[in-house]
Amino acid sequence: MTATAQKPKAAANGTASRTTRLLADPRLPVLVTAALFLAMYGGGLSRYTNYGFGEPQVFLNLFIDNGYLLVAAIGATFVILSGGIDLSVGSVIGFTTMFTAWLVERQGLPLVLVVPIALGVGAFGGFLMGYVIHNFEIQPFIVTLAGLFLFRGLCLVISKESISVSDPSVDTLAQTRVPLGLGELSIGALVALAVLAVAYYVLHHTRFGRRVYAIGGNEQSALLMGLPMGGTKIAVYTVSGFCSALAGLLFMLYIQSGDPLHAVGMELDAIAAVVIGGTLLTGGSGYVVGTLFGVLVLGLIKSLITFEGTLSSWWTKIATGVLLCAFILIQRTMTGRKKT
Amino acid sequence: MAEPRPVLQMTGVVKEFPGVRALSGVDFRLFPGEIHALIGENGAGKSTLIKVLTGVHSLDGGTITLDGESVEFTSPLQAQQAGISTVYQEVNLCPNLSVAENIFIGREPTRGGRIQWKRMRKEAAELVDRLGLDIDVAAPLSSYPLAVQQLVAIVRSVGTGDRETPGSGAGQAPGSGTATKVLVLDEPTSSLDRDEVLELFRLMRQLRDDGVAILFVSHFLDQIYEICDRMTVLRNGTLVGEHLVRDLDQVGLIELMIGKALDQLEELHEHQLHSDVGETLVKAEGLGRSGKISPFDLEIKKGEVLGLAGLLGSGRTELARLLFGADHPDTGKVTIGGKQVSMSAPNDAIGAGVAFCSENRRTEGLVPDLTVRENIILALQAARGWTRPIPASQRDELVAKYIKALDIRPANPEARVGQLSGGNQQKVLLARWLITSPQLLILDEPTRGIDIGAKTEIQRLVVSLSEDGMSVLYIAAELEEVLRLSHTIGVLRDRKLVARLANGPEITTSRILETIASGEHQ
Repeated sequence: MTATAQKPKAAANGTASRTTRLLADPRLPVLVTAALFLAMYGGGLSRYTNYGFGEPQVFLNLFIDNGYLLVAAIGATFVILSGGIDLSVGSVIGFTTMFTAWLVERQGLPLVLVVPIALGVGAFGGFLMGYVIHNFEIQPFIVTLAGLFLFRGLCLVISKESISVSDPSVDTLAQTRVPLGLGELSIGALVALAVLAVAYYVLHHTRFGRRVYAIGGNEQSALLMGLPMGGTKIAVYTVSGFCSALAGLLFMLYIQSGDPLHAVGMELDAIAAVVIGGTLLTGGSGYVVGTLFGVLVLGLIKSLITFEGTLSSWWTKIATGVLLCAFILIQRTMTGRKKT
Repeated sequence: MAEPRPVLQMTGVVKEFPGVRALSGVDFRLFPGEIHALIGENGAGKSTLIKVLTGVHSLDGGTITLDGESVEFTSPLQAQQAGISTVYQEVNLCPNLSVAENIFIGREPTRGGRIQWKRMRKEAAELVDRLGLDIDVAAPLSSYPLAVQQLVAIVRSVGTGDRETPGSGAGQAPGSGTATKVLVLDEPTSSLDRDEVLELFRLMRQLRDDGVAILFVSHFLDQIYEICDRMTVLRNGTLVGEHLVRDLDQVGLIELMIGKALDQLEELHEHQLHSDVGETLVKAEGLGRSGKISPFDLEIKKGEVLGLAGLLGSGRTELARLLFGADHPDTGKVTIGGKQVSMSAPNDAIGAGVAFCSENRRTEGLVPDLTVRENIILALQAARGWTRPIPASQRDELVAKYIKALDIRPANPEARVGQLSGGNQQKVLLARWLITSPQLLILDEPTRGIDIGAKTEIQRLVVSLSEDGMSVLYIAAELEEVLRLSHTIGVLRDRKLVARLANGPEITTSRILETIASGEHQ
């Protein structure tokens, strides 16, 4: 029997060669996305440098213009890492803009009070969805789809018209720019970067974060390993709800109005950013830093199209679609290799 | 050896599922520092007993005492905290995390809520080292073969108690006994090769000498005699007996397990291969798929059993999948009964009378949530097309016939397949294909993970089917099995069909092994 015993080991060592190991490395997609971003940025530099594309502020504007998307996508990263999906993101963002605009403008509440209320409502909405998903064992797709309709409907309950925000405190907050030597960032962009840092810490340095990965890797195993699965799942959707509400606040600052039709479909932008950032839709593999690059790539497409000047903004969607397709194919080949 | 107090005692355990009494009043005891085998045929209640013990199923009757205290667990976590750790047949770890994380997840060393990665890796490395294993704890688990993952699962389960849980102020008294007292290994060896099994046994002995009580479930009787000190035999959900391994020989054990004498088993050993093999039924010429299997020529005659021998990963399954159209071939063609068949999808093959029983019966064959009847009828209905439903009376008659013919237990067509034991699931899968009366039956590892009684039944069935003129392509890891059943043996090596041996007195397992090792004709 020695002959039989020796062979499979040799075969196993053979397959774990350097190339396959590299291809199976979960960090690879992040590097690919980062490289793509740099290539696109370099392309922009060579083409539009006479139009001021090389200004550092153009780069920093990516954060200013996409801060809200980054925050929403970070929330979505948690959910997708755990193997779930959250379709309610856009609606929660829209609802938060309406709700805060209504509280500030119509009810005259001060911003310091409105912010925690809005965040609480968003987090509570996420908590409820997570609770239903876990306790009734319903597909997250369906539950968050219900959330999508619910929050969009609630927007219209508040008002059918858009509410523009002219409160001085909101105004100053929206206009404040923090100088950074080469350029400046808005409060919204700084908040988004802070959320990114916190998310990174939580995902990689806390037990909760590792549980998110474990559940996404193999839910059944995570349960049998004795991990508190229910709590983790509910927490993940709570985080996503909180991030959506925060994204809604940033969006409200950015646009300075509340509108029942704000951020329609933004959950799909967030999911696209997460996937382009290299997170597997099946969960368990990916990095929040990848999500940052995903958001930056989407933002850069928009800037490039603006600089081009003659292209319709719909090209953003087309480019996103092509990229998304390409990245899903990359992921597919990677996971396919792992299995054989 | 004076008999110490058992660490675990289960008395009169009862567990019922809808329509099935899985355990009726089973007693079981486990002593510290011993390896105790739990033995029984499929469906005897081994898995159920383990699941009751580890809190996956609740108890319907009886008591469990651990260290003299009465306990009842409602979740695996509770059982784990009380010191009962389980390693299941399917490795239940997270492949996307590192080895160190898999060992420590849920109890990572933290300071102020922050995971101390360095300390965790260091402790994991120490633990792995102390148990005499050579594993890089920083590498992702998925980079290791299944056997190593299995060992990691064991390291995880015994590592639980080694460190006191970091002071999170949860009010747990120091040394309140979170150390692993009982380690349950549910068929850990079913997919390991010999060297890997030895490594596992070494680890088990070390843990036993440390005073851990190990409950070991295995279908391999040789392994039980090699490593276990004591055994408990179950049959049909009842306790048959508890014996010291040295007091009971293998023949006696098998008789206890199946409840009848061994004559029937031996009958098959003496069985002669029937010789009326007909004309060529299936002919493959230059069939191949790059990266899966190199092009091969193959002929299967009517009524012939063609066995495939080769190591795991040598391309046995890949060959079968090509013949069934489950994978699309790059090159070559297949003729069945003289007609060329385009093997672009399994439907073509099914239409030409080919049936395929997958080795992954759980994931690729059966639908666990459907009933036995629905699962059996699935392929026949597919062959007829949805426009021609099978009349209910005919359907029930067919299902009853095959349940009886294959002795599927429980003999209840309404039972959900997911609740059946492994061997009975395999029989359901077989019944599904037999009902379509195929010309060629492909069996991929039909006897893996099932007990000796069911194994013999399935082998006897293969013999009688081929006598009736059905061609069978038989894949099995055990060479003895291939040798016993096949007229012709195809030998595979490194994804290539290297030899075809006509079975005869001069062909032995060592001869096949030589062929596999040398990879040469003759």
